Amino acid sequence: MPVNEEFKPTIVAFCCNWCSYAGADLSGTNRLQYPANVKIIRIPCSCRLNPMFVLRAFQRGADGVILCGCHPGDCHYTTGNYYARRRMTLLFSMLDFLGIERERTRVEWVSAAEGAKFAATMNDFSATIHKLGPNRRLEDLRCRKD
Amino acid sequence: MQRVGVFVCWCGSNIAATVDVEKVAEVLAKEPGVVFSTNYQYMCSQAGQEMIQESIAKYNLTGVVICSCSPRMHENTFRKTCEKAGLNPYMVEIANIREQCSWIHKDKETATEKAVILGRAAIAKVHLNAPLTSGTSPVKKRALVIGGGIAGIQTALDIADAGFDVDIVEKEPTIGGKMTQIDKTFPTLDCAACILTPKMVDAAQNEKIHIYSYSEVSSVKGFVGNFKVTIKKKARYVDETKCTGCGLCTEKCPQKKVPNAFNLGLDNRRAIYIPFAQAVPKVATIDADYCTMLKSGKCGVCSKVCTAGAIDYTQKDAFIEQEYGAIVVATGFNPIKLDQYDEFAYSQSPDVVTSLEFERLMNAAGPTGGTLLRPSDGQHPHTIVFVQCVGSRCDDSKGKPYCSKICCMYTAKHAMLCREKYPDTDVYVFYIDVRTPGKNFDEFYRRAVEEYGVHYVKGMVGKVVPENGKLKVQASDLIGNQQLHIDADMVVLAAAIEPDKSARPLATMLTASMDTNDFFTEAHPKLRPVESPTAGIFLSGACQGPKDIPETVAQASAAAAKVIGLLNKDHLVCNPCTAQPDELMCNGCSSCEKVCPYGAITYVDKEFRGPNRTTLLRRVAQVNPAVCQGCGACTVACPSGAMDLKGFSNKQIMAEVDAICR
Ligand SMILES: Cc1cc2nc3c(=O)[nH]c(=O)nc-3n(C[C@H](O)[C@H](O)[C@H](O)COP(=O)(O)OP(=O)(O)OC[C@H]3O[C@@H](n4cnc5c(N)ncnc54)[C@H](O)[C@@H]3O)c2cc1C
Ligand code: FES
Repeated sequence: MPVNEEFKPTIVAFCCNWCSYAGADLSGTNRLQYPANVKIIRIPCSCRLNPMFVLRAFQRGADGVILCGCHPGDCHYTTGNYYARRRMTLLFSMLDFLGIERERTRVEWVSAAEGAKFAATMNDFSATIHKLGPNRRLEDLRCRKD
Repeated sequence: MQRVGVFVCWCGSNIAATVDVEKVAEVLAKEPGVVFSTNYQYMCSQAGQEMIQESIAKYNLTGVVICSCSPRMHENTFRKTCEKAGLNPYMVEIANIREQCSWIHKDKETATEKAVILGRAAIAKVHLNAPLTSGTSPVKKRALVIGGGIAGIQTALDIADAGFDVDIVEKEPTIGGKMTQIDKTFPTLDCAACILTPKMVDAAQNEKIHIYSYSEVSSVKGFVGNFKVTIKKKARYVDETKCTGCGLCTEKCPQKKVPNAFNLGLDNRRAIYIPFAQAVPKVATIDADYCTMLKSGKCGVCSKVCTAGAIDYTQKDAFIEQEYGAIVVATGFNPIKLDQYDEFAYSQSPDVVTSLEFERLMNAAGPTGGTLLRPSDGQHPHTIVFVQCVGSRCDDSKGKPYCSKICCMYTAKHAMLCREKYPDTDVYVFYIDVRTPGKNFDEFYRRAVEEYGVHYVKGMVGKVVPENGKLKVQASDLIGNQQLHIDADMVVLAAAIEPDKSARPLATMLTASMDTNDFFTEAHPKLRPVESPTAGIFLSGACQGPKDIPETVAQASAAAAKVIGLLNKDHLVCNPCTAQPDELMCNGCSSCEKVCPYGAITYVDKEFRGPNRTTLLRRVAQVNPAVCQGCGACTVACPSGAMDLKGFSNKQIMAEVDAICR
């Protein structure tokens, strides 16, 4: 589709400092490619992700939001990712209710050793968003760039 | 608004090859608040750092953004650089344009565009940064070692040697661990007791070491440098200070039918006992499950024969509170239970034993006085079959997926010792692989085969059937490609080893992490092998993974070195990125307290000004910055949004989101 070819999605990836951010670094060290429209924001732990941040991202025109944290049981703060998992389950179903497709949001566990998984996840997620097309649901027109 | 300086690094060609660094610096110069923007070949070099420092002074910068490699790499470097130039180190933000940009993109235009956006996000964040100061917390100069096996003993001795007080908490009545039960040790075949018991005595006599035997850790609070630990001293019904260890009571006690746990139930002991002659501390313990006096109030023989008056039937569990700067976990391992391995007839025949039971049968201080006799009839066995990897390297739920590492070597040892002591015995070892890496280990195994004539057969034993006083062993010989039927007198199973069952609850108490097999995980598998990811908790010995004695001791000393390094400090610098409640918004609901994994949040009643000159007393949250580790769980849990995280505040992250989505 010609429309989709021009479409450059904005994807925000929140990564916990201890595992996933390190995993993202590792995929860099190993020169594993993923699309440039994925932009990473470092947070101390996946449990730092306030649902507000996700809403804000969608309001400002993000097309997809992904949260990466340590594998269950491996959180640097022991239990943070369990909180994150529950909160995101709730948030995502609410977003779904608001018309933001489930595929636009994702939680993925990536360890510091899983550079390849990080790149694969981002490739996959970005392809999914590409297929879905731009997010128009929560986007605040007043925040439009153009 | 800050006066921001932007410094774009080329990282040689690592960044500059795919990102147009000049353009990035140029575009970012137009961002609000940016008063200076430049690029340089190696920002982290001496010259680069000096340039940053000069620019801070020249342009009176209040915030610095460095577009370079990952903050995991050089965040600290640049923080220090700026600190030296008089800027608060937390006014620095890093935009990761190497690992997360130049290295993963090939197209220069896209990469440059992305680098600009990442730079913008960092600028947006730095505008909201606030200077932070790291607090310090004092270090309690005392260490706790949990578990008194060879690992715990070695760690304690080394720490004490450096002049610090150490407490050993051991759950059994004596320290020493598994090594006390072993007969001879590979690869040198010196006797375990001869090398272990002097160390146990050293530990007992060392003024700096205090041993809490028959004790457990019941609660752990606090954090690195300041742990508050409650130790439960279980009632042993004997006054440790009075007991001389003469052992008279253990001979006179009329309750003779207690399975002797030290000999793994191969013989019996009395209800009052000293596990073995060289026990440390050498103090009797009453087994409350079997003592007639404790159960029915009738007996009291031990109290009558004790000339020291040490017996005290009314003794209760005692709880001791102590503060520590560091904690070492040395809880060791146990062989797995073999009840589920019916094919080897372990529960059906007493002549099928585990390797550890075999150690006791060979041990001069064991139930047979060191003569190898069959448990069933006390006869000398002529054919012995050893089975390796029982429960190790297993895919099913019965066993363990990992290699227990020590079994190849101790089985070779057992086989060799049998052949040496009793040259008339036939010894078979069934194996999947023989794994003997280690100094002088392979030589040792080859000696068993070549010099001692042990029959090593590659293959697994399928079934053991007890029949007419013999054990019929059916096995496959994979190399000879045939089925073997051996009439054995004894079968010895090399059971897999697993962490002690008490390790999991202990890990929860310590907030230390474990792998799926319940071995403690290290902070880094290669570079920080003796530290747990939780600050102030260290790992020693087989609790971290299967290990033989040389490896255990090496790790024990390494852990001690880390502890000494920590205890040598008077103060620890705390991470200043901690949670902070806004007291005006907080309504004391306790949501944050519930999610805090460290117990860093408490509540106080504070006076606030109410309407019409009244004062209101309100319950508000307070965060102990020395305890808070800055995960941010509470910031999201807070329903009124009163809690925020310094360094990663709501506004800062939101600003980054805005910059990226712009
Ligand atoms: C059959 C057999 C033969 C072996 N032969 C050899 C050999 O020849 N050469 C060799 O190098 N190695 C040999 N080994 C390995 C050796 O036993 C171990 O390397 C060594 O014992 C590990 O020491 P450790 O201190 O880590 O653990 P352990 O010896 O298991 O000590 C752990 C201690 O901690 C205590 N503990 C556990 N949990 C708690 C708790 N929650 N609170 C308080 N205390 C607790 C336990 O009671 C125990 O005293 C053999 C092992 C087996 C099974
Ligand atoms: S630190 Fe990675 S999820 Fe908590």
